[in-house]
Amino acid sequence: MSDANTTTDATLAEICVAAVADAFAGDGEIFASGMGTIPMLGARLARATNEPDLLISDGEAFFVANDLAVGSSDKQVEGWIPFRTVFDTLWGGRRHVVMGASQIDAHGNQNIANIGPWDKPKAQLLGVRGGPGNTINHTTTYFIPKHTDRVFVPKADTVSGVGYDRAAELGDWVKAHHEIRRVVTNLAVLDFDSPDHRMHLVSTHPGVSVDDVVSNTGFELVVGDDVATTRLPTAEELRILREVLDPKGFRERELPS
Amino acid sequence: MANKRTTEDEAVATLSDGMTIGIGGWGSRRKPMSLVRALLRSDLTDLTIVSYGGPDVGLLCAAGKVRKLVYGFVSLDSIALEPHFRAARQAGTIPEVVEYDEGMLQWGLYAASLRLPFLPTRAGLGSDVVKNSPDLRTVTSPYADAEELLAVPAIPLDAAFVHLNRADERGNAQFLGPDLYFDDLFLGAAATGGRFVSVEKVVATEELLANGSFHTLKINRSMVDGVIEAPNGAHFTNCQPDYERDEAFQKEYAKAAADPEAWAQFEQTYLSGSEADYQQAVKNR
Repeated sequence: MSDANTTTDATLAEICVAAVADAFAGDGEIFASGMGTIPMLGARLARATNEPDLLISDGEAFFVANDLAVGSSDKQVEGWIPFRTVFDTLWGGRRHVVMGASQIDAHGNQNIANIGPWDKPKAQLLGVRGGPGNTINHTTTYFIPKHTDRVFVPKADTVSGVGYDRAAELGDWVKAHHEIRRVVTNLAVLDFDSPDHRMHLVSTHPGVSVDDVVSNTGFELVVGDDVATTRLPTAEELRILREVLDPKGFRERELPS
Repeated sequence: MANKRTTEDEAVATLSDGMTIGIGGWGSRRKPMSLVRALLRSDLTDLTIVSYGGPDVGLLCAAGKVRKLVYGFVSLDSIALEPHFRAARQAGTIPEVVEYDEGMLQWGLYAASLRLPFLPTRAGLGSDVVKNSPDLRTVTSPYADAEELLAVPAIPLDAAFVHLNRADERGNAQFLGPDLYFDDLFLGAAATGGRFVSVEKVVATEELLANGSFHTLKINRSMVDGVIEAPNGAHFTNCQPDYERDEAFQKEYAKAAADPEAWAQFEQTYLSGSEADYQQAVKNR
């Protein structure tokens, strides 16, 4: 398709923002919460286009009703969401978060806590933060700006966010509410839409081959015959991103082309 | 009516070795840093620190004060990883480490503040939080669902330190920023006698509503034993709307933490004297 609705000059960061935005499809009136610039932009782009009922925060303590630019304080407040209310909202299931991952395995077990043994880690990272509570209570998507076999590992050293295999052991309530919807990386879009909820390759970004993804993944991916090419943002999405949501180009700093 | 005004050093002098101290704020936001600096000046040792951690945790780890650390994360926010905390974890120098999900930590403080032995939750189930804290237990719902839930144990505190914007001398305290964080729960979880609130400014009771609505009065005097006037006391963390984080200073802190010689110099410059000396050294930069 090369009509007026598509452009060919989208950057990698912009392709990833659109892929994150697509992950919110169908979510409706819930808190779309993104950790980091591209996840945050994905949530804001989704609300500005296909999911207008999403609730978006300023990243601090307020829901904002306007299309707030990254780094701007020009906000129209529509609600108060201090940390305690974030916990209430997420335990109540009314949230979809996009988090990072220092490690992730084939079942979606995610680690942001530490690398190496927990008792004396080689690298202490953030701690588990909200990963355990997020993943057991509501939908989670991951954005990983550097897709390598150091991140996509056979086994996470410490499990912060709970993957499908562990969730399956926790009973019916958990199975009904646990969902890792997408993994968006600098190379590809992945999900867990396979018989045993193992990570599955949905699409590779333009110019990226299936082999590029497979060789940078430290476990066996589910790869069908139907691997697509990740869609490009539309002209309207690019306009919103470039002129409204991120005129200063913070997205390119998080993921340079 | 009691006048509860005291000082950082007097507050710390009431504490003993081995105590459990909760520290309010969140990451590098509205931390009671002048009280933390008083802890650093003290001879206290073998402390259990409970915190949504920022530089409070880093500084106390670097000073070798911590026997046990209970946290959901430790971060400087705009600098994601706290350098002293990382170094201590990687060297294995904190004898006991309890790493919880953020919501679990709230639940433990809330349980203590309600005088309950535990509160149930799903947060943490299936994650390595359970593996890494083998004392954690589950509880089965007594209702028809019979679901197995995590029982987060109460986290009773011997003392709690929080920093807010305003208070009267009786301990009615006010937050004027966007988030109370969990400061009321830290105070609620702490033993009577050990609940200390430092504030930017002590004001007359009738002035409390001059700067914010009644919604900002979440800490009442029954929750507070000591009030400390500590202007700029949260430095270098933020204390909105009174001031933002001192990002330049935080960078200096993180840079110095990476090198023992630079750290010795940092300590000499900023942490070797009184709180007044600290504030003067910050001004002199």
